[in-house]
Amino acid sequence: MSGKPRLTYCNGRGRMEPVRWLLAAAGVEFEENFLETKEQYEKLIKDGVLMFQQVPLVEIDGMKMVQTRAILSYIAGKYNLYGKDLKERALIDMYVEGITDLMQMILMFPFSPPEAKEKNLDSIKERATNRYFPVFEKVLKQHGQDFLVGNKFSWADVRLIEAILAVEEKIPAVLSGFPQLQAFKIRMSNMPPIKRFLQPGSPRKPPPDEHYVETVLKIFKK
Amino acid sequence: MAAKPKLYYTRGRGRMESIRWLLAAAGVEFEEEFIDTKEDLEKLRNDGSLLFQQLPMVEIDGVKMVQTRAILSYIAAKYNLYGKDLKERVWIDMYVEGTTDLMIMIMYLPFQPADTKEKNFALIIERATNRYFPVYEKALKDHGHDYLVGNKLSWADIHLLEAILMAEECKPDILSAFPLLQAFKGRTSNIATIKKFLQPGSQRKPPADEKFVTTVKQIFNI
Repeated sequence: MSGKPRLTYCNGRGRMEPVRWLLAAAGVEFEENFLETKEQYEKLIKDGVLMFQQVPLVEIDGMKMVQTRAILSYIAGKYNLYGKDLKERALIDMYVEGITDLMQMILMFPFSPPEAKEKNLDSIKERATNRYFPVFEKVLKQHGQDFLVGNKFSWADVRLIEAILAVEEKIPAVLSGFPQLQAFKIRMSNMPPIKRFLQPGSPRKPPPDEHYVETVLKIFKK
Repeated sequence: MAAKPKLYYTRGRGRMESIRWLLAAAGVEFEEEFIDTKEDLEKLRNDGSLLFQQLPMVEIDGVKMVQTRAILSYIAAKYNLYGKDLKERVWIDMYVEGTTDLMIMIMYLPFQPADTKEKNFALIIERATNRYFPVYEKALKDHGHDYLVGNKLSWADIHLLEAILMAEECKPDILSAFPLLQAFKGRTSNIATIKKFLQPGSQRKPPADEKFVTTVKQIFNI
């Protein structure tokens, strides 16, 4: 082991935020290397450090890991947040992939043109309320357990609490039809590593603002 | 379960093709139920068969699995195509995410508006040649093995072959600068299960044509 994992990304949520969440939930301390300029990014590419010339990059256990899903699967596997067998892993994967589709809409939202923003916000609300949240409400109701899969805390729970909070930032009353998810949100928020992550001063990043959007475009736009 | 996996999708490649490839390469026989009309899709949705109202869906081992990556990960693990440990798995994941990004660009091409097709086509060729293929060429060169990870056939190899053939359909000489990938293509295509899949009459689907694009747009209201 070569010390703490080191995350390279812009100083904002983007595609790295689920990695920050998962490491934090697993109680793993990490360091961050923030990309602020195009030159920094180009140097990383020139140094051959980014397998597909893209970030996120996570240096962990002697490897330079890229591709968000690969990174997250590795962390989940390493810290026992991936279920006890193949069947539980499949359920966790299905749930995480669904939530990721919803989070993708939120990820792209700040970069949509102003005239499309209202429509996109409506889409997020529609999908959260009609497609995604009902699934997890039903799962929790059916088994009556505290966690989504296998009666044990897993990556799926971390992804879901992250998504709930992100959607609530945009649509504060979004959980009004989902009592199980409301209880889930409180339970998860009170788990010590998550509680710590939700406090000011943690590595959790704020919602994207105009400055973040500008920085991203400056660094990555050709 | 002794029952064969059953694949629910439209009558074309799309997001299901990688699953057909992986099952075929693993020597697993499967059945297919084709969604030909909007009514077919509505029926599946109303039956509660689609966790997030979306395809692909694969009924396997008693579970109606959805989300392409979840399905592929399950199949890879079940049939020992996912490496021997967490480290090999993350390499496979990283490689597969790269080939996925490339294949998704190719998959979407027929659905792009006419005025952006040429630009997107050029981007596919550029990415394949400058971002993706060099990575796999180098991987094979560095270790000199026949397979990408762990000196053993894995999901990464099957996915790479699929990506190579799709890219060649775009530009037949796209591998001209990649001698090791050419050799890889020859070797991997000759693996008995894969050779069978590449023959006429197999369940491999043809590239998207105008009729397929029209059908898909009709079924999914896009």
